[in-house]
Amino acid sequence: MDTFLQQIINGLTLGSVYALVALGYTMVYGIIGLINFAHGEVVMIGAMVSLSVVTALLGAGSGVPAALIILAGLIVAVLVCMTLAYGMEKIAYRPLRKAPRLAPLITAIGMSIILQNLALMIWGRNYLTFPTLIEPTTHNVLGATMTDLQMLIVALAAALMAGLVFVVQRTRLGMAMRATAQNPQVAGLMGIDINVVISAAFVIGAALAAVAGLMVMTYYGIAHYYMGFLLGLKAFTAAVLGGIGNLAGAMLGGILLGIIEALGAGYIGDVSNICGFPMLSDTLQEKCAANDDQLSLFGSNYQDVFAFFVLILVLIFRPSGLLGERVADRA
Amino acid sequence: MKAPRAKSIPPKVWVGVALLALALTLLPFVAAFAGQAWVRILNFAMLYIMLALGLNIVVGFAGLLDLGYIAFYAVGAYVYALLASPHLGIHLPFWVILPLSAGIACAFGVLLGAPTLKLRGDYLAIVTLGFGEIIRIFLNNLNAPINITNGPQGVNLIDPFRIGSFSFARPEVVLGVAFSGPQKYYYLLLLITIGVIVVNLRLQNSRLGRAWEAIREDEIAAKAMGINTRNVKLLAFAMGASFGGIAGAVFSATQQFVSPESFGLFESIIVLAMVVLGGMGNISGVILGAILLTLLPEVLRYTMEPLQNALFGRVILDAETIRLLVFGVALVAIMLFRPAGIWPSAVRKRELEVKGGAA
Repeated sequence: MDTFLQQIINGLTLGSVYALVALGYTMVYGIIGLINFAHGEVVMIGAMVSLSVVTALLGAGSGVPAALIILAGLIVAVLVCMTLAYGMEKIAYRPLRKAPRLAPLITAIGMSIILQNLALMIWGRNYLTFPTLIEPTTHNVLGATMTDLQMLIVALAAALMAGLVFVVQRTRLGMAMRATAQNPQVAGLMGIDINVVISAAFVIGAALAAVAGLMVMTYYGIAHYYMGFLLGLKAFTAAVLGGIGNLAGAMLGGILLGIIEALGAGYIGDVSNICGFPMLSDTLQEKCAANDDQLSLFGSNYQDVFAFFVLILVLIFRPSGLLGERVADRA
Repeated sequence: MKAPRAKSIPPKVWVGVALLALALTLLPFVAAFAGQAWVRILNFAMLYIMLALGLNIVVGFAGLLDLGYIAFYAVGAYVYALLASPHLGIHLPFWVILPLSAGIACAFGVLLGAPTLKLRGDYLAIVTLGFGEIIRIFLNNLNAPINITNGPQGVNLIDPFRIGSFSFARPEVVLGVAFSGPQKYYYLLLLITIGVIVVNLRLQNSRLGRAWEAIREDEIAAKAMGINTRNVKLLAFAMGASFGGIAGAVFSATQQFVSPESFGLFESIIVLAMVVLGGMGNISGVILGAILLTLLPEVLRYTMEPLQNALFGRVILDAETIRLLVFGVALVAIMLFRPAGIWPSAVRKRELEVKGGAA
C-alpha cells in the first residue's frame, strides 16, 4: 500500500507539470487548430533561463534568501518565454494562418530545432545541475513520504490552473478567446482583434510553460538542452488524452498521465515477472534463481511506453479524449 | 479524369532519358572526387527518397498525417538485421529477406491502421507518433531477459548484399574500373529506388490512387461515390509501411549496423519535412525534397567551418550545431515563402488558387 500511495504522490507531482504544459498546447490548438510543436522547447528555455539567473544570483551575493532567488529566476524566465512565444507566433505561424494545414506544423518543427540548437550554443551539451535551494524536508502522508518541493509544485500548479480558469471564464480577454475558438471570422466581426487573442493564447501558454520548466528542473535537479522534447511530447499526449482544446481536459489528462506513468513504472516489474510461470526453460530457471526470483520481461525502462499505450487505447475507445466534445474533423 | 498520355514518345524525351541515365551512372564517380563520404551521402539520399515516397502515399495521396513513419523503417531494418547477422546466427539471403521485411512492416502498418484509421487528422498524428516511440523503446529494451534486439548497442556485423561471392561491401575492380563498396551499393540502391519510383508513378494514376485523392479531398463525398474508405485508407497505410520496410532492409544491408538511435522521432519528422517541403502528393516534388534535405545538412557540415574562418578568422560555433540551426531556419523560411512546398502538385496548386488556401 505504501508503494501505491507513494507512486500516486510522485505521479501527482509530475502530472501537475504535465498539466501546466498541456494547457499551453490545448489553448493554442483550441483557437487556431495548430499543434505547437515548439512548446516543449519553450519549457526547456524557461528552465535554462531560470537556472542561469539563479546561478548568477547565488554567485553575486550570499545574503539574499533562497525564496527570493528562485522568484527572481521565475520572473525572468516567464518574461523571456512570453517574449519568445510572442515572437515565434508572429514570425513563424501568423503568416501561415491561411496556408495548407501542414505548413505551420513544419515551421513549428523548424522552430523547435532552432530553439534546441540555440540552447545548445548558449548552455552547452552537458547536463546542468540545479543547486538545492529548498532543503528537502519530508512529510509523512499516510505511510508515504512527500517532500516540501512536491507540495509546492502541486499547490502552485493548482493555483495557476485556477487562475487560468478565472481568466478564461470571467474576463473580457477570456470571453474573446472562447469566441475566437468557436468561430474566428464571426468573432472578428464582433469587434474582437483576433491577432491579439491568438498572441495572448501563445503568451499565456508560454508563461505556464516557464513555470513548468522551473518546476521540473528543481524536481529532478538537472536541466538539459534536450529536456523539452519528451516533456512536450508527453504534455501533448496529456492534452489529447483529456480532449484537446478543452482546458479542464488538459488538466485532467496531465494528472492522469503522471499517475499512470508512476504507477506503471512502480508495478510493471512485478506484474511481468516470469519466474512464477510453471513452464520455464532451464536457462531461464537458472537466471531466476540467480536473481532472487526476479526476472521481469519489462522493467521501469518502459515507463515512457505507458503514456503512449494509454493514449492509443483512449483514442481507440474514446476518440475525442476523455472530456472532448467532438472530433476535430479537419485533416 | 485520366491524364492525357502521349501514345508515341518523341525522340527528345528519349535523349533526355538517356542523358539522365548517363548522369546517374557517372554520378558516384564524380562524387568520389570529393571523397567516398559523398558517395555514402548519395546512397542516403536514395534511401530517403524511398522513405519519403512511402510516406507520401500516406500523407500526400491519402491525406493521413503520420508522425511515426520511421517505425516501419525500423521494423524493416531490424528484420534484415536479425535474419542476416551472427547475432541470432541466421543468414538468409537478401532477396529472401527483402519481401519479408516489406511484408512484416506491412503487417505492422495494418496492425496500427486497423484500429486507428477511424480517427482523423491530428489524433491520427499523435497515435502514430506514440506508435513510433513505442517501437523505438522496445528495440532499446528487448535485450533482457531474452536478448532479441541487443538493446542500445544495436546489431552489427550484418551481412552485406552479395550475389554469389560478389560482395557489395568490398572494393573491387570490374572490367578495369575500380569500384568502392559504397559505389557498388549506389547502383543497387539506384535500381531499387527507380523501382519504387515507377511503382509510385503507376499508383498515383491508378484507380486506387484516385480513390486516395478523393478521400484526401473530401472523405464523405468519397464514401458517397462508393469508395470503401476504410479499406482504401488501410491500403495506403499498408503500402506506405511496406515501402518503409523495404528502405529499412536496404539500409541495414548498406550500413551493416543498426541501432535504435537511427529510428528516433526526429527521423520521422525529417522524412515528413521532406514530403511537405518538396510538395505533398507530387512525386517529383517529394524526390526533390528528399534530395535537398539530405544534401543541405551535409553541405552545411562541410562549408560552415571554412566560412566562419574566412569571415571571423576563427571557428565560433561548431559545425554540428550550426548546421542544425540553419536547417531549422531553412525549414521555417521555405514554408513561409512556399507554404504548399517547393514543387506543389498540380491539384493542390489549383485548389490553392481557387479556394484561397483552405486545403
